[in-house]
Amino acid sequence: MRAPLLRMSGIQKRFPGVHALRGVDLELAAGEVLALVGENGAGKSTLIKVLGAAQQPDAGSVEIDGAPLVAATPHAAQRAGIAIIYQELNLAGAMTVTDNIFLGHGLTRWGWVRRAAERDAAAELLAGLGVAIDPAAECRTLSIAEQQVVEIAKALSLDARIVVMDEPTAALSPAEVERLFGVIGELKQRGIGVIYVSHRLSEVLEIADRVTVLRDGATVGESPIAATSREAIIEMMVGRKLEDEFPPRQVDIGEPRLVVDRLSREPDVRDVSFAVRAGEIVALTGLVGSGRTETARLLFGADPADAGQVSIDGQVVSTVRPRAAIAAGICLLTEDRKSQGLILAHGVQENFGLPNLKRFAPWGLLRPARESTALDNYVEQLQVRLASRNQRVATLSGGNQQKVVLAKWLQKNARVIIVDEPTRGIDVGAKREIYHLLNALAAEGKAILMISSELPEVLGMADRILVMHDGRITGEIDDVAAATQQEIMDLAVA
Amino acid sequence: MERAASPQKLIHFLSQFGPLVLLLLLCLFFSMINWREQHPRSPAAGARLAEAILADFDAEAKADAAFVVLAGHGEEDRAFAEAIEDRFRKGDAANVSTFAGKPQEIREFLDTVVEQDRSVAAVATNHRTGSLSLLSEKALRQRHEIFADVVVRQPPSYRWPIFLTIDNFRNLLNNTATIAIIAVGMTIVIITAGIDLSVGSVMALASVMTAVSINSWYGGADATTWGLYAGAATGIAVGALCGAFNGMVTTYLRVPPFIVTLAMLMIARGLAFEIATTRGFAGAGGAARSTPEAIKIGAEAFGYLSRGRPLGIPLPILIALGLYIVAHLLMTRTSFGRYVYAVGGNREAARLSGVPVFGVLIAVYALCGATAGLSGILDASLFGGRSTAGELFELQAIAAVVVGGTSIAGGEGRISGTLVGTLIIAVIETGLNQTQGVSPYQRQIIFGSLILVTVVLDQLKHRYTSGAA
Repeated sequence: MRAPLLRMSGIQKRFPGVHALRGVDLELAAGEVLALVGENGAGKSTLIKVLGAAQQPDAGSVEIDGAPLVAATPHAAQRAGIAIIYQELNLAGAMTVTDNIFLGHGLTRWGWVRRAAERDAAAELLAGLGVAIDPAAECRTLSIAEQQVVEIAKALSLDARIVVMDEPTAALSPAEVERLFGVIGELKQRGIGVIYVSHRLSEVLEIADRVTVLRDGATVGESPIAATSREAIIEMMVGRKLEDEFPPRQVDIGEPRLVVDRLSREPDVRDVSFAVRAGEIVALTGLVGSGRTETARLLFGADPADAGQVSIDGQVVSTVRPRAAIAAGICLLTEDRKSQGLILAHGVQENFGLPNLKRFAPWGLLRPARESTALDNYVEQLQVRLASRNQRVATLSGGNQQKVVLAKWLQKNARVIIVDEPTRGIDVGAKREIYHLLNALAAEGKAILMISSELPEVLGMADRILVMHDGRITGEIDDVAAATQQEIMDLAVA
Repeated sequence: MERAASPQKLIHFLSQFGPLVLLLLLCLFFSMINWREQHPRSPAAGARLAEAILADFDAEAKADAAFVVLAGHGEEDRAFAEAIEDRFRKGDAANVSTFAGKPQEIREFLDTVVEQDRSVAAVATNHRTGSLSLLSEKALRQRHEIFADVVVRQPPSYRWPIFLTIDNFRNLLNNTATIAIIAVGMTIVIITAGIDLSVGSVMALASVMTAVSINSWYGGADATTWGLYAGAATGIAVGALCGAFNGMVTTYLRVPPFIVTLAMLMIARGLAFEIATTRGFAGAGGAARSTPEAIKIGAEAFGYLSRGRPLGIPLPILIALGLYIVAHLLMTRTSFGRYVYAVGGNREAARLSGVPVFGVLIAVYALCGATAGLSGILDASLFGGRSTAGELFELQAIAAVVVGGTSIAGGEGRISGTLVGTLIIAVIETGLNQTQGVSPYQRQIIFGSLILVTVVLDQLKHRYTSGAA
C-alpha cells in the first residue's frame, strides 16, 4: 500500500505548565480534504504550528510520502511542500498581488526580477483557481476572501502539496464561502491535500472527505464524513466527564442588577440583550470569535457601542469609556491579563491601587499607608502569595496575577463583575480557588457575568447560560443542572 | 551561597546607582587630569600670611620697623589687604602701611613709603601683585635703603585640580540649568513612552514672547514687578500651550509623538524668527531678515532672574533645583505620577483600569512645554528674547534623560536619575573644556559614545533583570 501524503504520529508538545499535545495521530491523503475539529484549547493551533515547523514537537514524527520530515524552520517546512494559511493573513498590504505571491522566491534572471514573467505567472495561477483578481492590485484593496485566494496562489507558486487553512471562513460572507469551496475543489483536483480547521460543523460536513477530532491535545476519533453525523462529531469533541471541581454554593438570587438592551457593534456584536441578577452567575459562552469578549468590552466601555443601553439597578449608566463604566460599578477581568489587566513591569501595590487612587490619594496626594493596608487585607482574604507588596506582577504565577486583578476591582467595590476566561492559564488548584471566590462574590449579591470556553466550567459554575454565535445570543439555558455539553455545542456551532 | 549572591548584589547596586557612580568617577577623573597652581587671595589666607610674617620678628622689630601691605585693585584684593593689616595691628606691629590699587598707583605709594624713611621689615602681598617686577626684593633694595632688609612674602601657593573649585561648580551648574529644567519635562514625557523634539524651539518661542510681551504689553522699560511676572507667565504659558497642542494631536488624532513634535520643532522655531523680525524693534537691523538679533528687554530688573544670587547661589540653579524637587514629589507622591507611569507601562491596561489616558498625556506634554517655557524666560533674562535659543537642546535633554537611566520604552525612570544624567553631561562638557588638546569634534564623539554605552547598558540590565525574574 502507498504511504499517505502526510502522516503525523504520536506528536507531543509541552509548554511551561501546559501539556498542549499528548500524542496526536493524523493522516492525510493526496487530493483529500481533512477536517480538523475540536473545542477551543484542544490543540489544533499547536498542531498546525508543529506541522508548519513554527514549533518543534517534543516527541512524535512527521512523514511526507513515507519519508520523515525534518524541518527546523518554517521556511524548511515550506520547501517541503507545506503551506499554512493562518487566520491572520500574512500579506504585505502595500504590495501588489504579484509581489506578494512571489515574495521571497521571485522569478529572476541574473539577479534582476522578471516582472513581466511574474505578472503572467500570477495571472495564470489566479485564473487556474477560477477567480478574477488583478495581479497588479495592491493587497490592501482586496477583500479578506480575495486575500485568502492570493495566499492560496502563493502556496501553489511554491509547489505546495499540503495546504492547511485555519478557520478560513471566519470572516467570509456565505457567497464568499461558496467561492472558497470552489477553490478548495480545484486544489483537490490537482492532488493537493487540504487540512481544513473549522468550528463550523455545517461547512465541515459539506466540504470535507474525512474528519479528525482532537480533545485535550490528543486524537480522540477520526471518521469518513459519510459515516458520521453532526451529533457524533460534537460528542467526540466534548466527550469528557464533568469533574467534581466546582464547589457547591447557596444561591440567593435577587433583583436584576445588570440589564443589557440591544447592545450592538457591527459586525462583532448584534442586538445583544440579557440581564444578570444580583447574586447570579451567568455564563456567556460560544466559540472564539462569536462575540463574547466583544460584548464584555462594550459593557465595560473598552470599545464604543453603535447602539444599545446598559442599566445597573434600574439606572441607565454610561459606558462610553472604561472610566465611566468603572464609576458605574462595572469591572472587567480581561481575557488577556498580561497585556490588558496588569502592568507587568510594575509592582503589585501600584497595580492594585491604579483604579482606586480616588480613595488612596485624596486631593491627588498618595497615602501609601492606606493603600498597603487595603492591599494586605485582600492578600489575606484572597490568599495571594507574594514575596513583597512591591514585587513586580510579572514574577507572579497566573493564579496570583488573577487574584491581584480581582483585588483591585473588589477594592473598587464593583457591583457587576465581568470575568473573561477567568481560569485561562491557571493551574487546577488555583482554579478551584478562583471558583470559590466567584461563588463568594455572588453570595455577596454581586452580579457576575462569566465568559468561558470551557464547557465544564460553564456547566459547573453558572446559574444560567447564554450562548453566542456570530455576534448574537442564539440560546439561553435556564436549567443548567439538566443541560449537557452537547446542548451548548449545538447552539454554539449553529 | 553569599559569595554567589554578591555579583547579583553588585549588579543590583549598579542598576540602582550606576549613573551616580559614573558621575562621581567622572568628577574624580577630571579632577585628576587637570591641575593648576592655586594662589590664595582670600582674607583668611591673608590673616595666615600675617601670622607667619609676625612670627619671624621680635617685639622690638615690630615696634620699630614698618610693615607694608600691597594688593591689586578690586574688591577681593582690598579685603585681602585689610585682613592682613588688621592682623598686623593685632600682632603689635606699630607701623603698617596698606595699599590696594593698580601697578602705577602702587609705584606712587612706594614713594610715599620712602618718604616716611623708616626701615621696612616685610612686604605682604598676594601672587598677582607680588609678581610685579618693581616688587621683587632686588628691585626694592635698589629703590631705596629702607628696603635693605626687606622680605617680600605672599601666601604659599599649592597645586589644586581646576575642576574642584567652587567657582567651577557654580559655573557648571549655572550653565546647565536651562537644559536641566527641560530635561525634567522630557523625563516625564519619556516615561509615558513618548518623545518631545520641540522643546528647544518652544524655548526660543517662549524667550521671544517673553521679551515682546514685556516690551510692548507690560510696560517696557517702566514695567512694574507685576509686569515682569506677567512676562514670565506669558513665556511659560506659550510653552504649555505648544505642549498641550502636541498632546492633543498625538492623542485625539493618533499622530505619533515623534512626528507631532518634529512638526512643532519647525513651527515654533519659525514663529520665533517671524516674531523676532517683525516685533523686534530693539534690533536696528530689522530690515535684514536673516538672523534677527536678540530682543533687548526694556526692564533692566528682569535680568535678576538669571543674574541674581540669593545666598550666593545663582538663581537659575535654585529654580532648577526647586523644579527637580517638585517634579520628584509629583512623580512619586501623587496619583498623577502613578497615572503617568501606568500609561507608559501599559497604555491599554491603564485605560482599562480607568486611567484618563488622553488627559494624562495632554497634561504631560503641556508640562514638558511649560519647562521649555521656563528655560525660555531664563534665556530671555540673560540674553534678551532670542529666536536662536535652545538649538539642539531637545537632543541634549533626551541624552540627559537616557543617561539618567530612564527607559525609552516607557513605564520606568526617575527624576533623580535625570538630575544625575544632566550633571554627567555637564561634567563631561566642562571637564573636556578644561582639558588641553580635546577639540569640539572629539567632544562630540565622546558624547555620542557615552549615550550609546549607557543605553546598551540599560538594555543589558533589562535582559538581566527580566531573565532573573
